[in-house]
Amino acid sequence: MQIPFFPESASTTADQVDYLYYYLSAVTVVMTTLIFAAVFIFAIKYRRRSEDEIPPPIHGSIKLEIAWSVIPFLIMLTFFWWGAQIFFANATPPADAMDVYAVGKQWMWKLQYPEGQREINELHVPVGRPVKVTLASEDVIHSFFIPAFRLKHDVVPGRYDTMWFTATKPGRYHLFCAEYCGTEHSGMVGWVTVMNEPDYENWLAASGAEGTMVQQGEVLFGQYGCVTCHQLDQQGRGPILRGVYGSRVQLADGKTVLADDAFIRESILNPNAKIVAGYKTDVMPSYQGQISEEGLLQLIVYIKSLATRPAAAFAPGTEPPQRIPPNGGKK
Amino acid sequence: MSTVLQDPQTVAETPNYLNAEYGWRSWLFTKDHKRIAILYIISITVMFFLGGIFAGLIRVELLTPQGDLVNSDTYNKFFTMHGIIMVFFFLIPSIPATLGNFFVPMMIGAKDLAFPRINLLSWYIYIAGAIFALAAVVMGGVDTGWTFYTPFSSTFSNTFVITAACGVFIAGFSSILTGLNFIVTIHKMRAPGMTWGRLPLFVWANYATSLIQVLGTPVVAITLALVGLERAFHIGIFDPAIGGDPILFQHMFWFYSHPAVYIMILPGMGVMSELVSCFSRKAVFGYPFVAASSIGIAVIGFLVWGHHMFVTGMSMYASLYFSLLSFLVAVPSAIKIFNWTATMFRGSISYATPMLYAFGFIGLFTIGGLTGLFLATLAVDVHVTDTYFVVAHFHYVMVGGMVLAYMGGLHFWWPKMTGKMYPEGWAKFAALLVFAGFNLTFFPQFIAGYLGQPRRYHAYAPEFQVYNVLSTAGATILGLGYIIPFIYFVWSLKYGAPAGNNPWKAKGLEWETTSPPPTYNFETTPIVTEEAYAYATHKKEEHVG
Repeated sequence: MQIPFFPESASTTADQVDYLYYYLSAVTVVMTTLIFAAVFIFAIKYRRRSEDEIPPPIHGSIKLEIAWSVIPFLIMLTFFWWGAQIFFANATPPADAMDVYAVGKQWMWKLQYPEGQREINELHVPVGRPVKVTLASEDVIHSFFIPAFRLKHDVVPGRYDTMWFTATKPGRYHLFCAEYCGTEHSGMVGWVTVMNEPDYENWLAASGAEGTMVQQGEVLFGQYGCVTCHQLDQQGRGPILRGVYGSRVQLADGKTVLADDAFIRESILNPNAKIVAGYKTDVMPSYQGQISEEGLLQLIVYIKSLATRPAAAFAPGTEPPQRIPPNGGKK
Repeated sequence: MSTVLQDPQTVAETPNYLNAEYGWRSWLFTKDHKRIAILYIISITVMFFLGGIFAGLIRVELLTPQGDLVNSDTYNKFFTMHGIIMVFFFLIPSIPATLGNFFVPMMIGAKDLAFPRINLLSWYIYIAGAIFALAAVVMGGVDTGWTFYTPFSSTFSNTFVITAACGVFIAGFSSILTGLNFIVTIHKMRAPGMTWGRLPLFVWANYATSLIQVLGTPVVAITLALVGLERAFHIGIFDPAIGGDPILFQHMFWFYSHPAVYIMILPGMGVMSELVSCFSRKAVFGYPFVAASSIGIAVIGFLVWGHHMFVTGMSMYASLYFSLLSFLVAVPSAIKIFNWTATMFRGSISYATPMLYAFGFIGLFTIGGLTGLFLATLAVDVHVTDTYFVVAHFHYVMVGGMVLAYMGGLHFWWPKMTGKMYPEGWAKFAALLVFAGFNLTFFPQFIAGYLGQPRRYHAYAPEFQVYNVLSTAGATILGLGYIIPFIYFVWSLKYGAPAGNNPWKAKGLEWETTSPPPTYNFETTPIVTEEAYAYATHKKEEHVG
């Protein structure tokens, strides 16, 4: 039987974390050896030789106290600095990262791709391309953990989190839930398959999808009746959503807010939380509990697509608005 | 050893706190801090073995990668009950309520704690809390993990969360009252001449612990009360589905529970200072630094809770702050390790059992502390948090540190508490078993953790098995290492050789009175004329006397 000692390293982050880990381990081994050696040598050399012996008193040394406070702290600062650098580099996904969406649910991972493919407990990604995973939970806190990438991120209900990675080596790697989530927590596991780019394209093509996520979102946009008020090319009872995603929106209370995933999610589930300037409260009903987390993500992806789709696709001859105008139109 | 030979007869006949009164009433209504300490020792020993049984069941289940011994719900209850019992009903009260209760008043030359009735009350509150916790086990268990993370605990779990949370809530008051009692006692009841600069370091450590107990425990009480309210009445505090914030719970929980880690380790550090000094026959090297480092740990310990939350999506600037302060709080712990080691330099080192535990503590706590630095390092924590690496780390601190210190302290003061010696050969053997068994249990978990084995997994990937088998083998040895002392301690009560007043020739007021001590500790209030650990002057006095 093969006994593993280090985990496989399959992302750009993995090697960085490993080098830091080696450094920490080396310092630990050196320090532990020094302490053990001192204890061992003192215990032997100064062992009690007669019951009545009283050794000379030594009360302390300010110099030593300063030395063994300051030097370890300076060494620790190198840990701090190095660890923070990798952490910060991992905090913000690159702009060209491809999107994947993961929903944690007791006790499975549901993944969907912008091209519309959906999987359970399986994630397929191409090698060498940054991948941004948007994380959502249907119920309790989960944690999306890929040991071979040295990355994990909690999946917290009620909001979106993101993590990103660039895989470096084709293969199949564990995907674990790392935050205790109830009965089958240890069964909430899956696989990440890293593939070469052509294999990945083949896989995408071979995995059937009922339209892209944008198209799936568009269907929901019709099914839930969103389109009745949020018309695409003329003013309805709600704001026109074209061009909204990624812009700063003027609110009725005078504040502005960035129209990102979190804002759109909140506006669907709790419409009265932030009212856009020029609109009234209690016009839109809450969709809390009516749309699944996956559906919400599809709607968001669809609304996001409205930001970049050429205006001509909806209303020939008009410019896509960058902002919702204050007092936006008729009510 | 001359003292041992002098008075085997008189020891048995001296009036002492054990033979002052008889009958169960004399124990259950006692206001003597020493008797209350004994009540606590019995209670936490029961809880320790109960928590240990759950640990044993966990380890047996994890022998194989498949979850084949019990089902996952049962397994989840095992690790939850192991955690709740060990943390709240063993580790937190362990040293303060037992050795602290017994020896803090004696070490400062006081007749009792400042509030003897409150001291007894705190034991009853502890028992009430323990009854709730045990009721939760008997009724069917609880499966939230000892951390009670929301919204799982407040909305999704179908087990006896409120009952268990009540137990922890109630036991918290016991902890607050003990802390309060210690603070007042240490401020107001020191014998003449016992200045702050002469306090034994065990007293300093218990003082620092008491500060955390009084300031921190109310926060966890509030937090668990809110979980109960949300669970019972659906008040939206932590569950986002009803308007709450699940991460808020973690901030509140760790605001107490990280300092609680220092409640668990600081008194052990205090014991360490006593042991290293006594069995090296030297004053503790750098006394003011060791004393101040206890207070430093207590203060900085309140500012590092966010290091449990680096992967929750907390602001990265907050993460930066918590990472930096977590390194800072490691400095006072390092100071202690260095000073204890330096204390041994040119000492007269005895290999008596308590010192073997002290050697073990220095080794294991060093590893526990250094692996804590891995977890303070942001990018490494992202990988190892919530894996067995964390499990290994905190067991190195809690078991390798606190339990070893407790065992060392128990062996050190057993002759004083009972007037009897334990069998030294068996005690040394058991100490070696504990050290070997502990390392075999927990060292492999560092490797399994870095490989990626998540904690709280009922079934796991087959490649982790070898490390789990080693762990289970180690746990068997460790268990034996705990059972043997239990047997010989009980045995020694009847058959142990009389200990004499000061079998170790130790300094400290507790050794100047008889063993076991009289009800009011001292015949006459002692007057302190020298620093703590004045071994060199002790010699002179002996020659004069």
